Amino acid sequence: MRISSFQYALRDACRSLWRNKFMSLASVATVAISLVILGGAWLLVLNTQNLATAMESELEVNLYLKQDLTREQALGMKDQFAAIPGVDTTTYVPKEEGLKILEDRLGEDTNLLQALDGNNPLPDIYRLKSKDATLVPQIAAEAAQIAGVEKVRYGQGMVEKLLSLTDWLRTVGILVIIAIALAALFLIATTIRITVFARRREVSIMKLVGATNWYIRWPFFLEGMMIGLLGALIAVGFLQLLYSQLLKNVAMMVSFLPIISDAGSLLRLYEILLFSGTLLGAIGSAISLRKFLKV
Amino acid sequence: MIQLFNVSKTYLGGVRVIALKDINLHIKRGEFAFLVGPSGAGKSTLTRLMIREELPSAGQIMVDSRSLLRMKEREVPYFRRKIGFIFQDFRLLMERTVYENVAFAIEAIEMSKSEVRTRVPAVLDLVGLKDKLQSYPHQLSGGQQQRVCIARAIVNDPLLVIADEPTGNLDPDTSWEVMNILSAINKRGTTIVMATHDKEMVDRMKRRVIALDMGRIVRDEERGAY
Ligand SMILES: Nc1ncnc2c1ncn2[C@@H]1O[C@H](COP(=O)(O)OP(=O)(O)OP(=O)(O)O)[C@@H](O)[C@H]1O
Ligand SMILES: [Mg+2]
Repeated sequence: MRISSFQYALRDACRSLWRNKFMSLASVATVAISLVILGGAWLLVLNTQNLATAMESELEVNLYLKQDLTREQALGMKDQFAAIPGVDTTTYVPKEEGLKILEDRLGEDTNLLQALDGNNPLPDIYRLKSKDATLVPQIAAEAAQIAGVEKVRYGQGMVEKLLSLTDWLRTVGILVIIAIALAALFLIATTIRITVFARRREVSIMKLVGATNWYIRWPFFLEGMMIGLLGALIAVGFLQLLYSQLLKNVAMMVSFLPIISDAGSLLRLYEILLFSGTLLGAIGSAISLRKFLKV
Repeated sequence: MIQLFNVSKTYLGGVRVIALKDINLHIKRGEFAFLVGPSGAGKSTLTRLMIREELPSAGQIMVDSRSLLRMKEREVPYFRRKIGFIFQDFRLLMERTVYENVAFAIEAIEMSKSEVRTRVPAVLDLVGLKDKLQSYPHQLSGGQQQRVCIARAIVNDPLLVIADEPTGNLDPDTSWEVMNILSAINKRGTTIVMATHDKEMVDRMKRRVIALDMGRIVRDEERGAY
């Protein structure tokens, strides 16, 4: 295609966009709304996953050993724990160390041992780190079977809840996005159909003077793609504004929450949104052209 | 330029209409030929076959040494670029200026902007509309509108101009203006085929006359009358 032909197509596309301003505006708005939801859901899922990973790395199973075990017996259990599938590292925390940690936590000049008449009531503990958060319940169950283990404790249910939340978010998000994307597609297709109808005389004359089918189709395609791109640009602008505002507020109120703020992942999301918008527009016009532009 | 061999066209619809039957015809390069005949004789059908808007039901058509039946669908646009078509009802774009209406036809065949800028004023000058470039069709008389239509048909320097009743909506004086322009184009070497009901004009021009009736050629004279 020659440069000038592309310019003609662009000029015709803009002319049509302007002529059906209200229809064009409605389509642009629908595209923008669907992409805002897509982007919003994407950011939510991304952050929840991020949170889950952050918690996962903290995730470990604590095994409380029986009090009547000797030090040798306790140390000898390490291999048994390490052999449980999914266990990454095992750390032995003898009761003296446990007491020290407790003292540190309570304050500087506490001497718990003295207060307890030299009897350390704490058990020896094994800390098992899991390779994967989903394996934690299994590891806990298996460790409980091993002789000498008194009690098993782990962040019961937290990870499962978080992961099922991301799953749920993803499913609902995808369904909502599909529904709105379909509406956007329908509106774009309708806009293009109106344009095709408005330009049917031009098209019939173009055919008679020898325009190729692609030359005839291009302006309609461009019009759809411009609607999609415009919608995407609005969505990106809106999300950027909203998210940066959110970041500011969250960082002020709950600073420990690990919110994604690196420019890279945001830029990638915006790229995806712009691409999806344009694609949506192209598909919308293609649907109308197939049905209504017999060339 | 145009050759038809045993061409027939039958429309299948509620009733079968035989629009053309066994047409054999040869129009040479540079010729000016009138198609005449009563309403329903098949004149418009014949012109539509010549630009491959429709295909014949039987027979063979050659235009500029190319078989229209064997031509592939994607070659049709390039074939049409050699032909200019003029309609009785002008078919101008009402919301575009005279200039834009003519430019439109060569933009559609992907001519460059600079070529469009030189050709369009030149051809509008040729048809005597050089001071109407920025007018809209509704601001022009019928004859002026038809001249825009002629300009649009010839701006691409076609080998062949086909006109279906170009003066059908015009009064006698204006018809003559249009006729004179077509004659001038023909003198430059362009072949012209014109379907018409205008008896007086055909008689005065003394050109080739092909008379159709009920889908058949009933008369074909070199310097004929209606
Ligand atoms: N698309 C069509 N479908 C069915 N019948 C058609 C079609 N086009 C033309 N016809 C029929 O073919 C015959 C020839 O029509 P055509 O338009 O060629 O006549 P014409 O000589 O141009 O007449 P006029 O002088 O009134 O323009 C007519 O009987 C007409 O009804
Ligand atoms: Mg006719």
